Order: sequence, then C-alpha cells, then structure tokens
Amino acid sequence: MAIKVQRVKLSLWERLFIPALWNGFKVTLSHFLSFKKSKVYEEKNKNNKFKATLSYPEELWTVPPGFRGAPYLVSDQDAATKCVSCQLCEFVCPPKAIRITPPGEAGETAHREGAEKMPKEFEIDMLRCIFCGYCEEVCPEEAIYLAKDYYEGYDKNMMRRDYALTGSNREEMIFDKDKLLERGGTHHDRIKKWEKKTADAKAQEMFPVEDKSKKERE
Amino acid sequence: MSKVSTTQDIEIRDTAANMAAADELTDVQGEKMVLNMGPSHPATHGVLRLRLEMDGEIITKAEPDVGYLHRGDEKIAENMTYNQFLPYTDRLDYLAPLANNVHYVLAVEKLLGITDDLPERCQYIRTICCELARVSAHLLGLGAFAMDTGAFTVFLHTFTEREKIYCLIEALTGARFTTSYTRVGGLSRDLPEGWLDELSKFLDEVKINFDETETLLTRNPIFLERTQDVGIITREEAIDFGLSGPNLRGSGVEHDVRKAQPYMIYDRFDFDVPVGTTGDCYDRYAVRILEMRESVKILRQCIADIPGGPINVDDGKIVLPPTEKVMTNMEELIHQFMLVTQGQDAPVGEIYFGAENPKGELGFYIHSLGGGTPHRLKIRAPSFVNLSILSQLLPGHMIADVVAILGSLDFVMGECDR
Ligand code: SF4
Ligand code: SF4
Repeated sequence: MAIKVQRVKLSLWERLFIPALWNGFKVTLSHFLSFKKSKVYEEKNKNNKFKATLSYPEELWTVPPGFRGAPYLVSDQDAATKCVSCQLCEFVCPPKAIRITPPGEAGETAHREGAEKMPKEFEIDMLRCIFCGYCEEVCPEEAIYLAKDYYEGYDKNMMRRDYALTGSNREEMIFDKDKLLERGGTHHDRIKKWEKKTADAKAQEMFPVEDKSKKERE
Repeated sequence: MSKVSTTQDIEIRDTAANMAAADELTDVQGEKMVLNMGPSHPATHGVLRLRLEMDGEIITKAEPDVGYLHRGDEKIAENMTYNQFLPYTDRLDYLAPLANNVHYVLAVEKLLGITDDLPERCQYIRTICCELARVSAHLLGLGAFAMDTGAFTVFLHTFTEREKIYCLIEALTGARFTTSYTRVGGLSRDLPEGWLDELSKFLDEVKINFDETETLLTRNPIFLERTQDVGIITREEAIDFGLSGPNLRGSGVEHDVRKAQPYMIYDRFDFDVPVGTTGDCYDRYAVRILEMRESVKILRQCIADIPGGPINVDDGKIVLPPTEKVMTNMEELIHQFMLVTQGQDAPVGEIYFGAENPKGELGFYIHSLGGGTPHRLKIRAPSFVNLSILSQLLPGHMIADVVAILGSLDFVMGECDR
C-alpha cells in the first residue's frame, strides 16, 4: 500500500519565520539543557564526560568484543609459532597484504612436535590490509587473529605510539614475523591438534614427521 | 559602441519560462559562462564534477562528469572468488555497506541456486541489516541535504543518531564502516548477546530524532522556499531515466523492489511505500523521512519474530566449516582448503538480482562460466542512474538550486564510479 506524502501549506503566521525560529531554538535548547545520555550501549558510555562526543585521547573508546583490528600471529603456550605456513591466508587475502616465504626443503622445521612446517618469513603490509578478518576465518590452525588493537597495550605515557598502527614511512608499516608474533602474544591452544595427531600416529606406530626439531634442540 | 545592459526581472519559479528568458537575454548580456562545480565541492557529496553553462545565474546546460572515484571493482571481481569480492562491496555505497553486503551475496546465492535453503534466522538478520543500513543512509542523506540548504542543526542531530547505529554495527560485525558481514550461504557471525535489546533501545530514540528533524524542516519557510517546486521530476521523466529508490517514489511512482518483487522475507512484513505527489525536492525529502519510519516498523517486526537456529547453509561446499571441526577432522579440513582456494562451484549461466538499496535499486549481474570466479560481474549502481537525469533537470534552475537538487537526489560517488 502506498502512502502519499503531505504537502504543507503555511499560514501567514508561519510564513513570518517566528514559529520556525522558535522551533529551532526549542530543539537546540532541549539538547543543550539535557544531559541524558543515550540508552544505546549505556554501559560503554557511562564514563564519558559528554553526551554525544568523546574527549579522545583522555577518554578511550570501548571496543566491543569481536572488533577487527590488526592481524597478528600467535604463539601457543610453549612459545612455539602456531602457523604451519599453509599459505591459505596469503591466498584468501583480498588486497594481497600477506606475503609468506615458506621454509623450503632444507629449512627449519616447526617447533611443535608433529607439525611439519613453519614460515621462514611472514609479512603483513598494514597499509594494504583492510582488516576484513578473512585470514582469521580461513586459518586452519588458529594461528592468526585480528587483535583489538585499538586499546590493547595502551600506555598513557607513550600515548599508544607503541601499539597503534602508526609509522613514519612505508617500510615501517610492513610487519615481519617477529613483530607480528610479539604483538600477537600467546594464545592458549585449546584443541592441541598436533599433540593429538602425534599421539595418534605414535599409537599406530607411524610418525608423520621425523622429529628433527627436538633433536636439534637437544 | 556596446549596448548598455539593462536589468530584467526573471521569474524564477517556472522552468520553461526561465529557459525562454535566458535565451532572450543572451543577446543583451553577451556570452555564457562555463562554471566548473566540483569535483571537490562540498555540495557535490564526493567527487562529482558538474560542467554548468550559465547565463547569469541561470543554468542553460549541465553536464555531469563522473569517474573520479573509479577503482575498477567490476574488473577486480573477475579475478577473485565470490567471497573474496565481498569486502569490495562495502566500498560501493559506503553509507550503507551492510545492505550492499546482503544484496551481493543474495545475487551469488541466486546464481548458486541456494536461495531457498537459507535458514530463517539468517534471513531475519539480513533483513535487520538492510533496514538498519537504510535508516543510517537516509539519516546522512537528510542531514547533508538540510545542511546544503542552510539548516546545519539537522546534520548534527542526525549524525549523533548515526553514531548509535555505528555502535550497533561495530558490535555486530567488528568494524564500523567496512562491515564485510555476510558470506555466501550465511553470515560471518551470529548476533552478539543482547544486541537486539540495544537495537530496540535505538529504535525508541531514533523516533525522537525523526520528530525533531520534522520540527526543524517540514514547516520551515526557508526550507520550503528552497525545496518546494524546485527540481521537479515528472512521473514520465523519472521512468524514462530509469530512476529508482526514493527519487522515483518522490515523483509518485509506487515502485519498491521490496514490494514489487519481494526477495528474502519482505513479503512477511507489514509496511507501506511512501510516494510523493509532485516530484520536487521537498517530496523526495518527505519520502525519505517516511521511509525511515517504515524501516523502523520492519525492524520492530524483525525483533519480535526472529527465530533461533543456525545462520549458515548446511553445506561444506558453500560455507566454511566451524574451526573446531577443521582442526580435528580431515574431511572438513579438505573442504576448507577447497572452498578457500577454488571458491563455490557455480553453475554456468547468468543471473541478475536487483534489490532495494537505500539509494535505489542495486543490481548485480553475474555471468558465470562455471567455477569459483565470475566471468563478468556488472553492478547496476542506483546513484549512477539517478545522476543521469541531471543534464535534463538542471537547465533553467538557478545555481543555488543545484545544491538543493543534488542534496535531494542523495547519491554516493563510491557507488556511481565503482
Ligand atoms: S585482515 Fe584481511 S586484508 Fe588484512 S591480512 Fe587478513 S585477510 Fe588480508
Ligand atoms: S597463519 Fe594460518 S592460514 Fe596463514 S599460513 Fe599460517 S597456518 Fe596457514
């Protein structure tokens, strides 16, 4: 069903601008004199000084869970890199921000027992990244995730220079593996895929990968 | 010696008379002037360039020049899988990214033939997304329109309201602007806990804002003076130029894709389609206000009816399996790799899917030769089509009216130039 919009015809009184002026003042004054904050996400805004604005950076934006910040790599509880260099994230990344150099045949093997590979180099160009979250979504190892970079590691004295995505030149914005791992931190490996796999394999008396890394470490 | 120029009164209301008057004046006042408006002019809402041929203050010829924001989205689409292209749709109509996401995946799903398999909950969430995007886009459209015609206050208040929408969107999708929320065959994540309560709180508050906007504009003599009987698009013109959305309905044509060819679950909701009577700037403004009120109605019905259940199609060849399974089962791992590297295996064929975006009918035409990437993807951008009427509409108007007309057409260059 269609509804027709109303065409207004102004009376002479209204054409004198006085009611329009009065209405304008009414709306502005009602906003000026009311300090009632919006009920939408009340909890989140309760510490803010003003009704509609935020005095950043003294006041900080509360980032909701699931916020998509910058993508970082993750180490597990044994400080081993979780990434297995499968290059799925490199493939899916729409703007092609990720570049992975696989270890090659003679390269270093993964720190984790059972896991075969570990990337030799892993670079994310934060200037290309559009923070879409596809890398996190496709990673079969939960090795990469989008941090809530907006406030994580906030340091009042440093004015978050340390953790915000800022840089003074392009090279600085290409984050390499060490930087990504450092910022990503440690995530507890809830599934322990490779431990399980190795255990299974051992039970069947076949070893998926010869455990070179352990020998090297010994 | 040269003629002494005389002052003549020009009747500014009647377009045809203006034209005639302008023609007569040419001889007296000499040459016409060409004025460049844009591409970086605040009233052109982005990077539209208008080449205006002026006679005094009256426009005699107008040529819109588009393409300053061309990024080749259609070509980019040919080189990636259907899901990978999704973030690019955020950047079409960047004032309603959620609606673009939804309509794009609906088009792909039509190609894959899985439209009927979508779970109920997914459809409801997608409807909420579309309508929320509509409210947000119209709030901005109205605010900017009012600002262009000199009412700055409205702009500030609608933006405060939009901020709340962005809080909601941020909690829902993880990003404020570049949402990338939907996936072919489902959604990237379910509604966060308590999100619907926040949404209904927002709906209560935004009602007040609509009323305030109306208080400030609807009976304001200055606003009426600048919009009523300015930029009249007749019914026939609107149809001839293929306008869509509020611009078409402002001219009195009752055509809303949601009603005309109901997609998703729009046939279940009770809502009206507002139409204008004269097709001037004022009607387009009034249609937008009413449309937002209707959107709020739809949103309320969604909140009341939304069912539980899954949000994704149950098919490992279309939707990525859950991570827990990928990490433990071989089959899911293979699905994951196949799906990411090859994409959804689409049949050979071509489809067109058009849906009601805030700016008009956003259509995706996909030509597939099979496999995971489209052979050709054409985007029918409503803003592009809506702008095509400018060269017909502007002549005869004063330069100050151009600003009002552009504001009332409410276009987005990201989508127009794509
Ligand atoms: S978030 Fe998106 S753009 Fe950024 S690295 Fe991951 S996949 Fe690439
Ligand atoms: S981060 Fe994940 S998806 Fe990317 S290469 Fe490493 S394991 Fe594969």
